[in-house]
Amino acid sequence: MITKRLFEFTGLPGLLMLLALLVLAVYVPYANLVLEKGSAFHLDTSAVVLLGKYLCFAILALSIDLVWGYCGILSLGHGAFFALGGYAMGMHLMREIGTRGVYGDPILPDFMVFLNWEELPWFWYGFDQFWFAMVMVVLAPGSLAFVFGALAFRSRVTGVYLSIITQALTFALMLAFFRNEMGFGGNNGLTDFKDVLGFDLQAQSTRIGLYLLSILALIAAYVVCRLIVLSRLGKVLIAVRDAESRTRFIGYRVEHYKLFVWTVSAMMAGVAGALYVPQVGIINPGEFAPANSIEAVIWVAVGGRGTLVGAVIGGIGVNMGKSYFTGAIPELWLFALGGLFVFVTLFLPKGILGLLSNLKRKRAASEPDGPGTEPVKERA
Amino acid sequence: MNTELTSAVLYLDDVSVSFDGFKALNALSFVVKHGEMRAIIGPNGAGKTTMMDVITGKTRPDVGTLLFDGSHDLTKLDEASIAQLGIGRKFQRPTVFESHTVRDNILLSLSGVRSVFTTLFSVTTKDERERIERLLERVKLSDAADRLAAELSHGQKQWLEIGMLLAQDPSLLLVDEPVAGMTDAETVQTATLLREIAKDHSVVVVEHDMSFVRDLDVMVTVLHEGSVLAEGSLDRVSADERVIDVYLGR
Repeated sequence: MITKRLFEFTGLPGLLMLLALLVLAVYVPYANLVLEKGSAFHLDTSAVVLLGKYLCFAILALSIDLVWGYCGILSLGHGAFFALGGYAMGMHLMREIGTRGVYGDPILPDFMVFLNWEELPWFWYGFDQFWFAMVMVVLAPGSLAFVFGALAFRSRVTGVYLSIITQALTFALMLAFFRNEMGFGGNNGLTDFKDVLGFDLQAQSTRIGLYLLSILALIAAYVVCRLIVLSRLGKVLIAVRDAESRTRFIGYRVEHYKLFVWTVSAMMAGVAGALYVPQVGIINPGEFAPANSIEAVIWVAVGGRGTLVGAVIGGIGVNMGKSYFTGAIPELWLFALGGLFVFVTLFLPKGILGLLSNLKRKRAASEPDGPGTEPVKERA
Repeated sequence: MNTELTSAVLYLDDVSVSFDGFKALNALSFVVKHGEMRAIIGPNGAGKTTMMDVITGKTRPDVGTLLFDGSHDLTKLDEASIAQLGIGRKFQRPTVFESHTVRDNILLSLSGVRSVFTTLFSVTTKDERERIERLLERVKLSDAADRLAAELSHGQKQWLEIGMLLAQDPSLLLVDEPVAGMTDAETVQTATLLREIAKDHSVVVVEHDMSFVRDLDVMVTVLHEGSVLAEGSLDRVSADERVIDVYLGR
């Protein structure tokens, strides 16, 4: 009964993905903590960190798929929301360093001491509290997305114009965060974190803990996305994607729907960034780089937009490829990424997952009484 | 504005719209009574589609009065509010939600929930399911209910769109070229359907197809260069010299 309900909620690909994530949640800590170093199945802590990073990227990909795949809003600036969530987390981690910094100032982070700042800027207040930082992780990207979306969707900016201004948004933020005067560590960003909630960030157990949190967050993000797209609101979103003006003339206020899903998506990206920062140990303005946002869109395109599971596959898969290529043949990575995007656009318009479901449909169609063979019934 | 200024369901007075100096509507005035079906004809560029755009809030008129139900000033409302007031619009090219099933197309169009949070938590009620089945029957799409709208034939899409319009339960339907691209048999069926709909709705039909307009057998308004050229039964307007000059004679 429950499994049937679960299956209805996730569908086959979703269920397989959840199972795979559960397996990863059990196997990886086991392979890292229990198996001996010599064992062929042992996983280094660095590999665990890498996996945790991919999971964060998968959450970012999900958030992009939610707006792009289901509502047709192509964001080329989602990296901005990811980075804002990351900065909110980084600010807390900076405050938690306390007197252990190079300059030993109990309140001011090192870079502020270095810049001869006398006191903490107002927007750093409260970040010493973990709960406050967690609220800001969703509130900062969420409110930026809300204001930006309210203006853009009200003015009915759509399509490529919207994509361009999202790109401009993240570029502008990158330039701003590069400036020392902004008070976010300028070029170097925030780094040298020591611990989070008292747990040493370098400790193997903390690494495993963050990894497991990332899996949990990915599952939660998937469930939230799924709840949204399966609701009647989700149907309206697809309606907006397919025929925006028709949706309007039926009486739906399209801009409200776009704003809702856009803001939810930005918050999700913020959570991804917040989990990413403690695992990689640094957040700097480079995360705002337009190229990052575009790359994230490529993950979704490769996996298959409008499928959610495809976004996760793309987010993890492409990044695994990236890690491999940049290690083995670094000079070829960008060509491989570009080639991948061209290939997917030309030959797999629905991504990997679309290819799989096409194959399934073809097989069904080749069976004489398969569901795909029903002739189109014409009215007399 | 709650006092009724007119008993008409749709009241246009002196409505003008210009695009870059081109007057798409030029002091257009006409009235549609409650329960009336009206056919609008006119050559290309006569302003038929612009008129629909103005009534449904897509385009704002430069000047003029536009009243719905005698009390709602349509020039101050947006598309969504106008639709919620009860004006439904069918586009010239069939516009349906291609990646939804036929049933979901109707479900989304059902009058009722429209705001973000009510749709997020809404559950399809038994009453709604019954309404959907009735509507599907009415537009003869019951057999296709679970197919994707994208898979429908052109004529079926036109009918689905009419079904979506009915689901909104509007008091006024604006129908733009409902039989464009239909077979003769479909055209006749559509005329029957529209006449049936007109029994309990006010309907404005824009159409090029003269035999279809004759089938409808209703009062005709001829538009030309953004204003009304003639009004009356089809026989009367087709006998009108000016109408023959600009339209029928060619």
